[in-house]
Amino acid sequence: MRSAGREKLVGWLIRAATYFIVFVIASIIFNIIYNGTTAISWQFLSTMPRNSGAEGGILPAIVGTLLLVAGTIIVALPLGMATAIYLSEYAKSGRLMRTIRLAIVTLAGVPSIVFGLFGLGLFVIFLRFGASIVSGCLTLACMILPTIIVASEESLRAVPKSLREGSLALGATKWQTIRKNVLPYSVSGMLTGSILGIGRAAGETAPILLTVAAFYLPKLPRSIFDQVMALPYHLYVLATQHPDVVKVRPMQYGTALVLIVLVLGVNLAAILSRIHIRRKYKW
Amino acid sequence: MVKTEQQNNTEVKIQVKDLNFFYGDVQALFEITMDIPSRQVTALIGPSGCGKSTFLRTLNRMNDVIDGARTEGKVLIDGKNIYDHGIDIFQLRKRVGMVFQKSNPFPKSIFENVVYGPRIHGVKNRKELSEIVEKTLIRAALWDEVKDRLDKSAMDLSGGQQQRLCIARSLAVEPEILLMDEPASALDPVSTLKIEQLLQVLKQDYTLIIVTHNMQQAARVSDYTGFMHLGQLIEFGKTNQIFTNPREKLTENYISGRFG
Repeated sequence: MRSAGREKLVGWLIRAATYFIVFVIASIIFNIIYNGTTAISWQFLSTMPRNSGAEGGILPAIVGTLLLVAGTIIVALPLGMATAIYLSEYAKSGRLMRTIRLAIVTLAGVPSIVFGLFGLGLFVIFLRFGASIVSGCLTLACMILPTIIVASEESLRAVPKSLREGSLALGATKWQTIRKNVLPYSVSGMLTGSILGIGRAAGETAPILLTVAAFYLPKLPRSIFDQVMALPYHLYVLATQHPDVVKVRPMQYGTALVLIVLVLGVNLAAILSRIHIRRKYKW
Repeated sequence: MVKTEQQNNTEVKIQVKDLNFFYGDVQALFEITMDIPSRQVTALIGPSGCGKSTFLRTLNRMNDVIDGARTEGKVLIDGKNIYDHGIDIFQLRKRVGMVFQKSNPFPKSIFENVVYGPRIHGVKNRKELSEIVEKTLIRAALWDEVKDRLDKSAMDLSGGQQQRLCIARSLAVEPEILLMDEPASALDPVSTLKIEQLLQVLKQDYTLIIVTHNMQQAARVSDYTGFMHLGQLIEFGKTNQIFTNPREKLTENYISGRFG
Protein backbone atom coordinates (compact mmCIF):
# COMPACT_ATOMS: atom_id res chain seq x y z
CA MET A 1 0.00 0.00 0.00
CA ARG A 2 2.82 2.34 0.87
CA SER A 3 4.69 1.58 -2.34
CA ALA A 4 1.53 2.08 -4.37
CA GLY A 5 1.13 5.53 -2.80
CA ARG A 6 4.72 6.38 -3.60
CA GLU A 7 4.22 5.16 -7.15
CA LYS A 8 1.34 7.56 -7.53
CA LEU A 9 3.28 10.46 -6.08
CA VAL A 10 6.28 9.91 -8.36
CA GLY A 11 4.03 9.59 -11.39
CA TRP A 12 2.30 12.80 -10.45
CA LEU A 13 5.59 14.69 -9.96
CA ILE A 14 7.01 13.55 -13.26
CA ARG A 15 3.85 14.50 -15.06
CA ALA A 16 3.82 17.91 -13.36
CA ALA A 17 7.39 18.57 -14.48
CA THR A 18 6.50 17.77 -18.07
CA TYR A 19 3.34 19.88 -18.00
CA PHE A 20 5.32 22.75 -16.51
CA ILE A 21 7.76 22.75 -19.44
CA VAL A 22 4.94 22.68 -21.95
CA PHE A 23 3.25 25.50 -20.05
CA VAL A 24 6.39 27.67 -20.16
CA ILE A 25 6.93 27.16 -23.88
CA ALA A 26 3.28 27.66 -24.69
CA SER A 27 3.07 30.88 -22.69
CA ILE A 28 6.19 32.32 -24.30
CA ILE A 29 4.87 31.62 -27.75
CA PHE A 30 1.36 32.77 -26.89
CA ASN A 31 2.70 35.98 -25.35
CA ILE A 32 4.78 36.80 -28.41
CA ILE A 33 2.06 35.97 -30.88
CA TYR A 34 -0.62 37.81 -28.87
CA ASN A 35 1.43 40.98 -28.55
CA GLY A 36 3.33 40.69 -31.82
CA THR A 37 0.59 40.21 -34.38
CA THR A 38 -0.72 43.74 -33.91
CA ALA A 39 2.66 45.12 -34.97
CA ILE A 40 3.04 42.86 -37.99
CA SER A 41 2.05 44.39 -41.27
CA TRP A 42 3.42 44.41 -44.78
CA GLN A 43 4.86 47.80 -44.06
CA PHE A 44 6.56 46.51 -40.88
CA LEU A 45 8.26 43.75 -42.83
CA SER A 46 9.23 45.72 -45.91
CA THR A 47 10.33 49.20 -44.91
CA MET A 48 13.26 50.86 -43.18
CA PRO A 49 13.02 51.81 -39.54
CA ARG A 50 12.46 55.47 -38.77
CA ASN A 51 13.00 57.60 -35.72
CA SER A 52 15.56 55.26 -34.08
CA GLY A 53 13.34 52.26 -34.66
CA ALA A 54 10.30 53.72 -32.96
CA GLU A 55 8.45 53.79 -36.24
CA GLY A 56 8.65 52.17 -39.66
CA GLY A 57 9.72 48.62 -40.31
CA ILE A 58 12.50 46.16 -39.66
CA LEU A 59 13.53 45.27 -43.21
CA PRO A 60 17.28 45.81 -42.72
CA ALA A 61 17.25 43.61 -39.61
CA ILE A 62 15.46 40.81 -41.49
CA VAL A 63 17.83 41.12 -44.44
CA GLY A 64 20.81 41.30 -42.08
CA THR A 65 19.84 38.14 -40.21
CA LEU A 66 19.17 36.26 -43.45
CA LEU A 67 22.55 37.34 -44.82
CA LEU A 68 24.32 36.32 -41.62
CA VAL A 69 22.61 32.94 -41.64
CA ALA A 70 23.46 32.36 -45.30
CA GLY A 71 27.09 33.37 -44.82
CA THR A 72 27.42 31.24 -41.71
CA ILE A 73 26.11 28.19 -43.62
CA ILE A 74 28.57 28.78 -46.45
CA VAL A 75 31.49 28.89 -44.02
CA ALA A 76 30.48 26.37 -41.38
CA LEU A 77 28.82 23.61 -43.38
CA PRO A 78 31.77 22.55 -45.55
CA LEU A 79 34.20 22.95 -42.66
CA GLY A 80 32.05 21.00 -40.24
CA MET A 81 31.19 18.26 -42.70
CA ALA A 82 34.83 17.83 -43.71
CA THR A 83 35.81 17.56 -40.05
CA ALA A 84 33.08 15.03 -39.40
CA ILE A 85 34.16 12.93 -42.39
CA TYR A 86 37.72 13.02 -41.13
CA LEU A 87 36.73 12.02 -37.59
CA SER A 88 34.34 9.29 -38.63
CA GLU A 89 36.14 7.79 -41.62
CA TYR A 90 39.83 8.58 -41.49
CA ALA A 91 41.10 9.39 -38.01
CA LYS A 92 42.62 6.51 -36.10
CA SER A 93 41.66 6.31 -32.46
CA GLY A 94 44.42 7.55 -30.22
CA ARG A 95 45.64 10.58 -28.38
CA LEU A 96 45.21 12.97 -31.31
CA MET A 97 41.62 11.83 -31.77
CA ARG A 98 40.87 12.30 -28.06
CA THR A 99 42.39 15.78 -28.16
CA ILE A 100 40.28 16.76 -31.15
CA ARG A 101 37.13 15.46 -29.48
CA LEU A 102 37.93 17.32 -26.29
CA ALA A 103 38.45 20.48 -28.33
CA ILE A 104 35.07 20.08 -30.00
CA VAL A 105 33.26 19.48 -26.73
CA THR A 106 35.00 22.45 -25.17
CA LEU A 107 34.15 24.62 -28.13
CA ALA A 108 30.49 23.68 -27.70
CA GLY A 109 30.62 24.84 -24.09
CA VAL A 110 32.20 28.24 -24.70
CA PRO A 111 29.76 31.07 -23.88
CA SER A 112 28.62 32.95 -26.96
CA ILE A 113 29.93 36.31 -25.72
CA VAL A 114 33.41 34.77 -25.66
CA PHE A 115 32.97 33.87 -29.31
CA GLY A 116 32.03 37.49 -29.84
CA LEU A 117 35.24 38.70 -28.20
CA PHE A 118 37.26 36.16 -30.14
CA GLY A 119 35.68 37.34 -33.40
CA LEU A 120 36.35 40.95 -32.47
CA GLY A 121 40.00 40.20 -31.79
CA LEU A 122 40.69 37.93 -34.74
CA PHE A 123 38.40 38.93 -37.60
CA VAL A 124 37.50 42.54 -36.85
CA ILE A 125 40.83 43.82 -35.60
CA PHE A 126 43.68 41.45 -36.45
CA LEU A 127 42.49 40.44 -39.92
CA ARG A 128 41.07 43.94 -40.46
CA PHE A 129 37.68 42.83 -41.75
CA GLY A 130 36.18 45.52 -39.51
CA ALA A 131 32.71 45.19 -38.05
CA SER A 132 31.21 43.51 -41.09
CA ILE A 133 29.08 40.67 -42.41
CA VAL A 134 32.28 38.67 -43.01
CA SER A 135 33.42 39.00 -39.42
CA GLY A 136 29.94 38.17 -38.12
CA CYS A 137 29.56 35.10 -40.29
CA LEU A 138 32.99 33.76 -39.41
CA THR A 139 32.31 34.28 -35.70
CA LEU A 140 28.90 32.58 -35.88
CA ALA A 141 30.45 29.78 -37.91
CA CYS A 142 33.01 29.11 -35.16
CA MET A 143 30.17 29.02 -32.67
CA ILE A 144 28.00 26.48 -34.49
CA LEU A 145 30.83 24.29 -35.81
CA PRO A 146 30.60 21.84 -32.88
CA THR A 147 26.87 21.34 -33.49
CA ILE A 148 27.47 20.64 -37.17
CA ILE A 149 30.41 18.34 -36.51
CA VAL A 150 28.60 16.28 -33.89
CA ALA A 151 25.40 15.99 -35.95
CA SER A 152 27.32 15.10 -39.10
CA GLU A 153 29.53 12.56 -37.41
CA GLU A 154 26.51 10.90 -35.87
CA SER A 155 24.78 10.50 -39.20
CA LEU A 156 27.98 9.19 -40.80
CA ARG A 157 28.34 6.60 -38.07
CA ALA A 158 24.73 5.57 -38.54
CA VAL A 159 25.66 4.13 -41.94
CA PRO A 160 26.39 0.44 -41.30
CA LYS A 161 30.00 -0.71 -41.58
CA SER A 162 28.86 -3.52 -43.86
CA LEU A 163 28.07 -1.01 -46.62
CA ARG A 164 31.61 0.36 -46.47
CA GLU A 165 33.08 -3.15 -46.53
CA GLY A 166 30.84 -4.16 -49.41
CA SER A 167 32.14 -1.25 -51.43
CA LEU A 168 35.80 -1.76 -50.51
CA ALA A 169 35.53 -5.47 -51.36
CA LEU A 170 34.57 -4.49 -54.92
CA GLY A 171 37.86 -2.65 -55.29
CA ALA A 172 36.60 0.84 -54.49
CA THR A 173 39.00 3.26 -52.85
CA LYS A 174 38.19 4.78 -49.50
CA TRP A 175 37.13 8.08 -50.98
CA GLN A 176 35.01 6.39 -53.67
CA THR A 177 33.35 4.41 -50.91
CA ILE A 178 32.64 7.50 -48.85
CA ARG A 179 31.41 9.52 -51.81
CA LYS A 180 29.23 6.85 -53.37
CA ASN A 181 28.17 4.62 -50.53
CA VAL A 182 28.30 6.61 -47.30
CA LEU A 183 27.63 10.28 -48.00
CA PRO A 184 24.47 9.74 -50.08
CA TYR A 185 22.83 8.04 -47.10
CA SER A 186 24.10 10.44 -44.46
CA VAL A 187 24.11 13.83 -46.14
CA SER A 188 20.48 14.48 -45.27
CA GLY A 189 21.09 13.68 -41.63
CA MET A 190 24.13 15.92 -41.72
CA LEU A 191 22.06 18.73 -43.15
CA THR A 192 19.13 18.42 -40.78
CA GLY A 193 21.40 18.26 -37.77
CA SER A 194 23.27 21.27 -39.05
CA ILE A 195 20.11 23.26 -39.61
CA LEU A 196 19.43 23.09 -35.89
CA GLY A 197 22.80 24.72 -35.32
CA ILE A 198 22.00 27.29 -37.95
CA GLY A 199 18.74 28.12 -36.19
CA ARG A 200 20.81 28.91 -33.15
CA ALA A 201 23.09 31.17 -35.20
CA ALA A 202 20.05 33.13 -36.36
CA GLY A 203 18.99 33.85 -32.80
CA GLU A 204 22.30 34.65 -31.12
CA THR A 205 23.03 38.21 -30.06
CA ALA A 206 26.37 38.19 -28.29
CA PRO A 207 28.62 36.97 -31.12
CA ILE A 208 27.25 39.52 -33.59
CA LEU A 209 27.12 42.32 -31.06
CA LEU A 210 30.88 42.79 -31.26
CA THR A 211 31.50 41.79 -34.85
CA VAL A 212 28.78 43.01 -37.18
CA ALA A 213 25.50 44.23 -35.75
CA ALA A 214 24.64 47.89 -36.22
CA PHE A 215 22.72 49.74 -33.53
CA TYR A 216 20.65 51.66 -36.03
CA LEU A 217 21.36 51.55 -39.76
CA PRO A 218 18.28 52.20 -41.88
CA LYS A 219 19.72 50.99 -45.18
CA LEU A 220 20.66 47.73 -46.82
CA PRO A 221 24.29 46.56 -47.01
CA ARG A 222 26.13 46.89 -50.31
CA SER A 223 29.03 44.57 -49.69
CA ILE A 224 30.05 41.83 -47.32
CA PHE A 225 32.30 44.32 -45.57
CA ASP A 226 29.34 46.44 -44.48
CA GLN A 227 27.69 46.35 -41.10
CA VAL A 228 24.09 45.21 -40.91
CA MET A 229 21.27 45.28 -38.44
CA ALA A 230 20.12 41.91 -37.14
CA LEU A 231 16.85 40.79 -35.55
CA PRO A 232 18.12 39.62 -32.15
CA TYR A 233 20.27 42.69 -31.61
CA HIS A 234 17.54 45.00 -32.86
CA LEU A 235 15.22 43.42 -30.33
CA TYR A 236 17.76 43.97 -27.58
CA VAL A 237 18.20 47.60 -28.59
CA LEU A 238 14.47 48.28 -28.73
CA ALA A 239 13.89 46.62 -25.39
CA THR A 240 16.72 48.16 -23.39
CA GLN A 241 18.50 50.98 -25.20
CA HIS A 242 15.66 52.90 -26.73
CA PRO A 243 14.81 56.25 -25.09
CA ASP A 244 11.15 55.30 -24.95
CA VAL A 245 11.05 51.58 -24.22
CA VAL A 246 7.35 51.46 -23.40
CA LYS A 247 6.26 53.25 -26.55
CA VAL A 248 8.16 50.89 -28.82
CA ARG A 249 6.85 47.76 -27.11
CA PRO A 250 4.75 46.68 -30.13
CA MET A 251 7.87 46.97 -32.30
CA GLN A 252 9.72 44.70 -29.85
CA TYR A 253 7.03 42.06 -29.98
CA GLY A 254 6.78 42.32 -33.75
CA THR A 255 10.53 41.79 -34.06
CA ALA A 256 10.45 38.90 -31.60
CA LEU A 257 7.64 37.26 -33.55
CA VAL A 258 9.51 37.54 -36.86
CA LEU A 259 12.63 36.10 -35.27
CA ILE A 260 10.86 33.19 -33.64
CA VAL A 261 8.94 32.35 -36.81
CA LEU A 262 12.23 32.37 -38.68
CA VAL A 263 14.00 30.06 -36.23
CA LEU A 264 11.06 27.69 -35.77
CA GLY A 265 10.59 27.65 -39.55
CA VAL A 266 14.19 26.56 -40.00
CA ASN A 267 13.77 23.82 -37.40
CA LEU A 268 10.51 22.67 -38.93
CA ALA A 269 12.22 22.39 -42.31
CA ALA A 270 14.90 20.25 -40.67
CA ILE A 271 12.35 17.92 -39.11
CA LEU A 272 10.34 17.56 -42.32
CA SER A 273 13.37 16.81 -44.43
CA ARG A 274 14.53 14.22 -41.91
CA ILE A 275 11.19 12.43 -42.11
CA HIS A 276 11.33 12.54 -45.89
CA ILE A 277 14.85 11.13 -46.07
CA ARG A 278 14.16 8.40 -43.51
CA ARG A 279 11.52 7.11 -45.87
CA LYS A 280 13.86 7.20 -48.83
CA TYR A 281 16.74 5.17 -47.39
CA LYS A 282 16.35 2.25 -45.09
CA TRP A 283 18.65 -0.58 -44.24
CA MET B 1 42.14 -45.74 -60.88
CA VAL B 2 45.18 -43.81 -61.95
CA LYS B 3 42.99 -40.70 -62.23
CA THR B 4 42.37 -40.26 -58.52
CA GLU B 5 45.97 -39.51 -57.79
CA GLN B 6 46.32 -37.23 -60.77
CA GLN B 7 43.68 -34.86 -59.43
CA ASN B 8 46.36 -33.67 -57.07
CA ASN B 9 47.88 -31.98 -60.06
CA THR B 10 45.05 -29.49 -60.17
CA GLU B 11 46.39 -26.06 -60.91
CA VAL B 12 47.10 -24.01 -57.78
CA LYS B 13 45.50 -20.57 -57.67
CA ILE B 14 46.53 -19.32 -54.25
CA GLN B 15 49.62 -20.32 -52.33
CA VAL B 16 49.65 -19.32 -48.69
CA LYS B 17 53.08 -19.48 -47.08
CA ASP B 18 53.82 -19.10 -43.36
CA LEU B 19 51.04 -16.63 -42.85
CA ASN B 20 50.80 -14.97 -39.44
CA PHE B 21 48.24 -12.37 -38.58
CA PHE B 22 47.98 -10.06 -35.57
CA TYR B 23 45.28 -7.81 -34.18
CA GLY B 24 47.58 -5.45 -32.31
CA ASP B 25 49.46 -7.71 -29.90
CA VAL B 26 47.09 -10.62 -30.26
CA GLN B 27 48.10 -13.22 -32.79
CA ALA B 28 45.07 -14.59 -34.62
CA LEU B 29 46.65 -16.76 -37.32
CA PHE B 30 49.71 -19.00 -36.90
CA GLU B 31 51.99 -20.14 -39.70
CA ILE B 32 49.30 -21.02 -42.16
CA THR B 33 50.53 -22.74 -45.29
CA MET B 34 48.21 -24.14 -47.92
CA ASP B 35 47.75 -24.42 -51.69
CA ILE B 36 44.27 -23.54 -52.82
CA PRO B 37 43.34 -25.15 -56.13
CA SER B 38 41.96 -23.22 -59.06
CA ARG B 39 38.30 -23.58 -60.05
CA GLN B 40 37.36 -25.76 -57.13
CA VAL B 41 35.36 -25.13 -53.99
CA THR B 42 37.55 -24.98 -50.92
CA ALA B 43 35.72 -24.99 -47.60
CA LEU B 44 37.14 -23.73 -44.32
CA ILE B 45 35.61 -25.24 -41.22
CA GLY B 46 36.32 -24.96 -37.54
CA PRO B 47 34.81 -23.78 -34.28
CA SER B 48 33.85 -20.12 -33.70
CA GLY B 49 36.82 -17.84 -33.22
CA CYS B 50 39.24 -20.24 -34.90
CA GLY B 51 40.29 -17.60 -37.41
CA LYS B 52 38.43 -18.82 -40.52
CA SER B 53 36.97 -15.40 -41.32
CA THR B 54 40.20 -13.62 -40.43
CA PHE B 55 42.07 -15.93 -42.77
CA LEU B 56 39.53 -15.37 -45.54
CA ARG B 57 39.98 -11.64 -45.17
CA THR B 58 43.75 -11.90 -45.55
CA LEU B 59 43.19 -13.18 -49.09
CA ASN B 60 41.77 -9.88 -50.37
CA ARG B 61 43.50 -7.73 -47.75
CA MET B 62 40.22 -6.67 -46.17
CA ASN B 63 41.99 -6.84 -42.82
CA ASP B 64 44.02 -3.81 -43.86
CA VAL B 65 41.03 -1.69 -42.86
CA ILE B 66 41.37 -2.65 -39.22
CA ASP B 67 43.46 -0.44 -36.92
CA GLY B 68 46.59 -2.20 -35.71
CA ALA B 69 46.26 -5.19 -38.01
CA ARG B 70 49.55 -6.76 -39.15
CA THR B 71 50.24 -9.57 -41.55
CA GLU B 72 53.42 -11.60 -41.95
CA GLY B 73 54.19 -14.21 -44.56
CA LYS B 74 53.11 -14.55 -48.14
CA VAL B 75 49.94 -15.03 -50.09
CA LEU B 76 50.71 -15.71 -53.74
CA ILE B 77 47.95 -15.45 -56.27
CA ASP B 78 49.07 -16.81 -59.63
CA GLY B 79 52.58 -16.72 -58.20
CA LYS B 80 52.55 -13.06 -57.17
CA ASN B 81 52.65 -12.06 -53.51
CA ILE B 82 49.69 -9.79 -52.71
CA TYR B 83 51.55 -8.40 -49.69
CA ASP B 84 54.42 -7.06 -51.78
CA HIS B 85 55.02 -3.33 -51.74
CA GLY B 86 53.51 -1.55 -54.68
CA ILE B 87 50.71 -4.04 -55.14
CA ASP B 88 47.50 -2.34 -56.32
CA ILE B 89 45.15 -3.25 -53.53
CA PHE B 90 42.09 -2.05 -55.46
CA GLN B 91 42.92 -4.23 -58.47
CA LEU B 92 43.52 -7.08 -56.04
CA ARG B 93 40.05 -6.71 -54.54
CA LYS B 94 38.60 -6.57 -58.03
CA ARG B 95 40.22 -9.92 -58.76
CA VAL B 96 39.31 -11.41 -55.38
CA GLY B 97 35.64 -10.79 -54.70
CA MET B 98 33.97 -11.22 -51.35
CA VAL B 99 30.50 -12.15 -50.18
CA PHE B 100 29.73 -11.45 -46.55
CA GLN B 101 27.91 -13.43 -43.89
CA LYS B 102 25.16 -10.89 -43.53
CA SER B 103 23.98 -9.89 -46.97
CA ASN B 104 24.76 -6.24 -47.46
CA PRO B 105 22.89 -4.91 -50.45
CA PHE B 106 23.35 -1.18 -50.86
CA PRO B 107 20.18 0.86 -50.26
CA LYS B 108 19.87 1.49 -53.97
CA SER B 109 18.01 -0.18 -56.82
CA ILE B 110 18.86 -3.73 -57.89
CA PHE B 111 20.39 -2.33 -61.07
CA GLU B 112 22.54 0.18 -59.18
CA ASN B 113 23.76 -2.53 -56.84
CA VAL B 114 25.10 -4.65 -59.67
CA VAL B 115 26.70 -1.79 -61.61
CA TYR B 116 28.32 -0.27 -58.51
CA GLY B 117 31.59 -2.15 -59.05
CA PRO B 118 31.79 -1.71 -62.83
CA ARG B 119 31.10 2.02 -62.42
CA ILE B 120 33.91 2.29 -59.86
CA HIS B 121 36.21 0.66 -62.39
CA GLY B 122 35.26 3.07 -65.12
CA VAL B 123 32.44 1.49 -67.14
CA LYS B 124 30.12 4.33 -68.14
CA ASN B 125 28.28 3.11 -71.22
CA ARG B 126 24.65 2.47 -70.29
CA LYS B 127 24.23 -0.40 -72.73
CA GLU B 128 27.35 -2.09 -71.47
CA LEU B 129 26.14 -1.71 -67.88
CA SER B 130 22.76 -3.22 -68.78
CA GLU B 131 24.51 -6.19 -70.34
CA ILE B 132 26.61 -6.68 -67.23
CA VAL B 133 23.47 -6.60 -65.09
CA GLU B 134 21.70 -9.20 -67.17
CA LYS B 135 24.74 -11.45 -67.47
CA THR B 136 25.67 -11.43 -63.80
CA LEU B 137 22.11 -11.77 -62.52
CA ILE B 138 21.62 -14.78 -64.79
CA ARG B 139 24.86 -16.23 -63.51
CA ALA B 140 23.78 -15.64 -59.89
CA ALA B 141 20.45 -17.38 -60.65
CA LEU B 142 18.45 -14.27 -59.79
CA TRP B 143 17.54 -12.84 -63.19
CA ASP B 144 14.14 -14.51 -63.59
CA GLU B 145 13.01 -13.31 -60.19
CA VAL B 146 14.00 -9.66 -60.59
CA LYS B 147 14.19 -8.85 -64.31
CA ASP B 148 10.93 -6.89 -64.20
CA ARG B 149 11.89 -4.76 -61.23
CA LEU B 150 15.52 -3.83 -61.68
CA ASP B 151 14.76 -0.26 -60.66
CA LYS B 152 13.18 -1.33 -57.36
CA SER B 153 15.07 -1.12 -54.10
CA ALA B 154 17.32 -4.07 -53.29
CA MET B 155 16.19 -3.79 -49.69
CA ASP B 156 12.77 -5.18 -50.65
CA LEU B 157 14.21 -8.51 -51.78
CA SER B 158 14.06 -11.58 -49.54
CA GLY B 159 17.16 -12.59 -47.57
CA GLY B 160 18.13 -15.29 -50.05
CA GLN B 161 17.60 -13.00 -53.00
CA GLN B 162 19.68 -10.29 -51.31
CA GLN B 163 22.56 -12.71 -50.87
CA ARG B 164 22.38 -13.79 -54.51
CA LEU B 165 22.31 -10.11 -55.45
CA CYS B 166 25.50 -9.62 -53.45
CA ILE B 167 27.04 -12.54 -55.33
CA ALA B 168 25.95 -10.95 -58.62
CA ARG B 169 27.42 -7.65 -57.48
CA SER B 170 30.76 -9.35 -56.82
CA LEU B 171 30.68 -11.16 -60.17
CA ALA B 172 30.04 -7.89 -61.99
CA VAL B 173 33.68 -6.81 -61.65
CA GLU B 174 34.79 -10.12 -63.17
CA PRO B 175 36.80 -11.57 -60.30
CA GLU B 176 38.83 -14.74 -60.57
CA ILE B 177 38.36 -15.74 -56.97
CA LEU B 178 35.28 -15.44 -54.80
CA LEU B 179 35.57 -15.50 -51.02
CA MET B 180 32.39 -16.34 -49.15
CA ASP B 181 32.10 -15.82 -45.42
CA GLU B 182 29.27 -18.08 -44.26
CA PRO B 183 27.10 -16.93 -47.15
CA ALA B 184 24.12 -19.06 -46.18
CA SER B 185 24.24 -18.97 -42.39
CA ALA B 186 21.41 -16.45 -42.14
CA LEU B 187 19.22 -18.10 -44.78
CA ASP B 188 16.37 -20.57 -44.71
CA PRO B 189 16.95 -24.13 -46.08
CA VAL B 190 15.47 -23.40 -49.51
CA SER B 191 17.59 -20.29 -50.01
CA THR B 192 20.62 -22.18 -48.70
CA LEU B 193 20.05 -24.93 -51.24
CA LYS B 194 19.91 -22.35 -54.03
CA ILE B 195 23.21 -20.84 -52.93
CA GLU B 196 24.80 -24.29 -52.72
CA GLN B 197 23.60 -25.18 -56.21
CA LEU B 198 24.94 -21.87 -57.40
CA LEU B 199 28.39 -22.70 -56.02
CA GLN B 200 28.53 -25.82 -58.19
CA VAL B 201 27.87 -23.72 -61.29
CA LEU B 202 30.23 -20.92 -60.33
CA LYS B 203 33.18 -23.18 -59.65
CA GLN B 204 33.46 -23.85 -63.36
CA ASP B 205 34.65 -20.28 -63.81
CA TYR B 206 35.85 -19.14 -60.42
CA THR B 207 38.00 -20.29 -57.58
CA LEU B 208 35.67 -20.44 -54.60
CA ILE B 209 36.61 -20.34 -50.95
CA ILE B 210 33.80 -20.67 -48.48
CA VAL B 211 33.88 -20.34 -44.73
CA THR B 212 31.14 -22.33 -43.08
CA HIS B 213 29.97 -23.39 -39.66
CA ASN B 214 27.94 -26.12 -41.17
CA MET B 215 29.93 -29.32 -41.66
CA GLN B 216 27.25 -30.99 -43.75
CA GLN B 217 27.38 -28.00 -46.03
CA ALA B 218 31.14 -28.24 -46.35
CA ALA B 219 30.82 -31.94 -47.16
CA ARG B 220 28.11 -31.25 -49.75
CA VAL B 221 29.60 -28.35 -51.64
CA SER B 222 33.37 -28.47 -51.40
CA ASP B 223 36.14 -30.31 -53.19
CA TYR B 224 38.78 -29.43 -50.62
CA THR B 225 38.40 -28.73 -46.92
CA GLY B 226 40.64 -27.03 -44.42
CA PHE B 227 40.03 -27.52 -40.71
CA MET B 228 41.15 -24.65 -38.52
CA HIS B 229 41.50 -24.52 -34.77
CA LEU B 230 42.80 -21.69 -32.57
CA GLY B 231 44.30 -19.83 -35.50
CA GLN B 232 46.08 -22.82 -36.94
CA LEU B 233 45.33 -24.87 -40.01
CA ILE B 234 45.17 -28.34 -38.51
CA GLU B 235 44.47 -30.28 -41.64
CA PHE B 236 43.87 -29.57 -45.28
CA GLY B 237 42.98 -32.02 -48.01
CA LYS B 238 40.31 -33.41 -50.27
CA THR B 239 36.92 -33.06 -48.65
CA ASN B 240 36.27 -36.74 -49.05
CA GLN B 241 39.42 -37.64 -47.19
CA ILE B 242 38.92 -35.08 -44.42
CA PHE B 243 35.43 -36.33 -43.66
CA THR B 244 36.02 -40.06 -44.04
CA ASN B 245 39.60 -40.52 -43.03
CA PRO B 246 41.05 -37.52 -41.19
CA ARG B 247 44.73 -37.76 -40.37
CA GLU B 248 44.54 -35.64 -37.23
CA LYS B 249 42.78 -36.60 -34.03
CA LEU B 250 41.52 -33.02 -33.58
CA THR B 251 39.87 -33.04 -37.00
CA GLU B 252 38.22 -36.33 -36.28
CA ASN B 253 36.89 -35.07 -32.96
CA TYR B 254 35.49 -31.96 -34.58
CA ILE B 255 33.79 -33.60 -37.54
CA SER B 256 32.36 -36.33 -35.36
CA GLY B 257 30.82 -33.61 -33.23
CA ARG B 258 32.84 -34.15 -30.09
CA PHE B 259 33.51 -30.43 -29.75
CA GLY B 260 32.80 -27.21 -31.56
